[in-house]
Amino acid sequence: MDRRMESIFAKYSGMQEEIIPLLQSVQEEYGYIPEETMLEIARFIKVPESKVYGAATFYAQFRFTPMGENRVMVCRGTACHVKGAPMILEEIERELNISEGETTADGKYSLETVACIGCCSLAPCIMINKKVEANMTPKKLAKIFKKGGKNDTE
Amino acid sequence: MIRSEQDFKNLYLQATQEWSKVESSMDPVMTVGTATCGRSAGSLEVLEALQNSFKTCSINGSIIEVGCIGLCYNEPLVTIIKNSRPAVFYGKINPKRAKELVEQHVLGDHPIPEYALGSLGEEKIKGIPRFFDTSTLKPQVRKILKKCGIIDPTNLLHYVAHDGYNGLMRAMKLHPTQIIEELKSAGLRGRGGAGFPTGMKWEFAVGQKAERKYIVCNADEGDPGAFMNRSVLESDPHAVLEGMLIAGYTIGAEEGYIYCRAEYPLALERLRIALRQAEDMGFIGDGILGTDLNFHIKIKEGAGAFVCGEETALIASIEGRRGMPTTRPPYPAISGLWGMPTIINNVETLASVSLLFQNSPEWFAQHGTERSKGTKTFSLAGKVRNTGLIEVPLGITLRQIIFDIGGGIPNDREFKAVQTGGPSGGCIPKDLLDTPVDYDSLKAAGSIMGSGGLVVMDEDTCMVDVARYFLDFTRKESCGECVPCRLGTKQMLDILNDITGGNGTTEDIDLLAELAEGVKLGSLCGLGQTAPNPVLTTIRYFRDEYEAHVKEKRCPARVCKALIYYRIIPEKCIGCQSCFKICPVNAINGEPKKVHVIDVETCIRCGLCYSSCPVKGNAIEIIPGLPEKVEV
Repeated sequence: MDRRMESIFAKYSGMQEEIIPLLQSVQEEYGYIPEETMLEIARFIKVPESKVYGAATFYAQFRFTPMGENRVMVCRGTACHVKGAPMILEEIERELNISEGETTADGKYSLETVACIGCCSLAPCIMINKKVEANMTPKKLAKIFKKGGKNDTE
Repeated sequence: MIRSEQDFKNLYLQATQEWSKVESSMDPVMTVGTATCGRSAGSLEVLEALQNSFKTCSINGSIIEVGCIGLCYNEPLVTIIKNSRPAVFYGKINPKRAKELVEQHVLGDHPIPEYALGSLGEEKIKGIPRFFDTSTLKPQVRKILKKCGIIDPTNLLHYVAHDGYNGLMRAMKLHPTQIIEELKSAGLRGRGGAGFPTGMKWEFAVGQKAERKYIVCNADEGDPGAFMNRSVLESDPHAVLEGMLIAGYTIGAEEGYIYCRAEYPLALERLRIALRQAEDMGFIGDGILGTDLNFHIKIKEGAGAFVCGEETALIASIEGRRGMPTTRPPYPAISGLWGMPTIINNVETLASVSLLFQNSPEWFAQHGTERSKGTKTFSLAGKVRNTGLIEVPLGITLRQIIFDIGGGIPNDREFKAVQTGGPSGGCIPKDLLDTPVDYDSLKAAGSIMGSGGLVVMDEDTCMVDVARYFLDFTRKESCGECVPCRLGTKQMLDILNDITGGNGTTEDIDLLAELAEGVKLGSLCGLGQTAPNPVLTTIRYFRDEYEAHVKEKRCPARVCKALIYYRIIPEKCIGCQSCFKICPVNAINGEPKKVHVIDVETCIRCGLCYSSCPVKGNAIEIIPGLPEKVEV
């Protein structure tokens, strides 16, 4: 077993209620949920693999492919929606040349949408890694992605 | 460690001294709001600038991080408290202004009215209104939010100085039946959405004989457009812990869970800090306050599922399963977590419990209506001037909230509707603006109170698109367990996509309404039962918009891309090439200084040209309907 998994398991006692926290720890460590880790969790908790897989696939937080260096989340909350979030999403998709749920070829950015960041009064907003960027406009977006070191030769 | 009433009295004394260091210190004190909304507006940079200025000017004073006072549209917010003068709130502060504030107000004793939002206290400063007299604050009654943005959420003593944990002290002297009586006479109803009487809920669990019982705090604020609970958790976390302790004592539970969504990293961090402090102080743990009472709290991070706000789904999620609801009865108060009696209360309900016992049922019930008592927090967002977190007495009208507190609609637009209750609620139109905000009146209008999200919409918001947006949300969030919700929301969404995509027919509107009734009646849990509300209310109040989409193939609000087109007004175009350069599909033709033209066939209606046009009043117009084919 992977050393990293051992150190994750060291913090848990193997109860069924730990499935989701375990998956969260795995994602924190690896950036995603590698398939074999679900098997290891199932053995650790002593439940069928399907239980772990079932939980992992149910929740929006978990991903099964590696994530890019930077995680871009576009808020699709109601306030953001009425204040232009769809346009912001399209613009980012064009800027990064990927669709929602994908990662750029150079592995720099992953793009996803989230239900609501809770910054509704500063809508529309996006979240890059753990930082919320408020009152988004196409202009601000261009600035952010230039600053983030866009990996091309413009 | 607090082991007796005397210990608590000593702690209170220590706390008031600690608080006086903020309120009446001889040295200047500055506070910076660093909740999530403040941070996203740049408050951490402001904090750094203030710290640097204090250092370079060698000021003997302190800078404290506080939570959110609710004036999100004015973030970052800073307060200056000097012993000689009333405290002054400043808004929209950036690092440069922060330096000015230090130089002029802190060092020089000259407040800057230009940046000031208001002053606290009786004494008036020239040019600065009294904070609680301003139109935004005056209609509000701040009880749950009283400490938010005022105290340091990571300082337990600040909480204790404001009567914190005094509610627990008082409750522990009462018999559980007396506690239930107080909750009932106060008329507290659940603040999570459905409005079930809290006293009655607890009473069910008190009567149960079981090996173990549980208290769960539902902090899975999943409604898009709502952020009240986040603010309370970030700004006053101990209030929630105290409420849970009172609940635990009442029903005889020794374990509690806080189920908080992972999208709120700061709320989680502050909850963890508060929990550790309460444990160290002996409020949480074994033998609380020297009695034989035990209570432990665990924090569970949600993993992104809206349905987990539903009680039974939340329980499944805590147990480590897929968050799928089960039929009720049995209700969780009888058989919940691990099959044991479980009380699930929302963040605001628990914070209200703390306040109720710190004061009295009469104090709690002095505001509100006959059947909806107390005050309620709302997050005001969307097309409204003063966005933010507010707290109002129940029974206030929507008009007062949107136009007095919210300051009306920006950019001279017309108000169209207000959405309450998130994906489970509905859109309330202009002629119902005088509806009082209480559980029953909102229900009669086809919506629900919900947890407190209020999203304001103006004439530029398409109500069909809003209905489609919510259905898209509920369809994605449907757990898939029952057929009416899983397939019904999908079918409804397909119809709405047809309508907004220009392929709708007149029959579609009635079919949609019929389907909606079916989903409402047939679904297993609250998610499906309320998912049709946004559709039903928009059809009820805005049928003309639906008809414009299907009959005239026109989106009156100019939102649905298939039913609008863009045109450059030749008389206004200055030939600056801004739109020409930004257009991602090269649909704009034009040379410098010459009038540009949009090719409607190539245009993808992304709206970038519109947002980039520098001409005053915009040289680009959005026209509802299909483009006329004749133009060549």
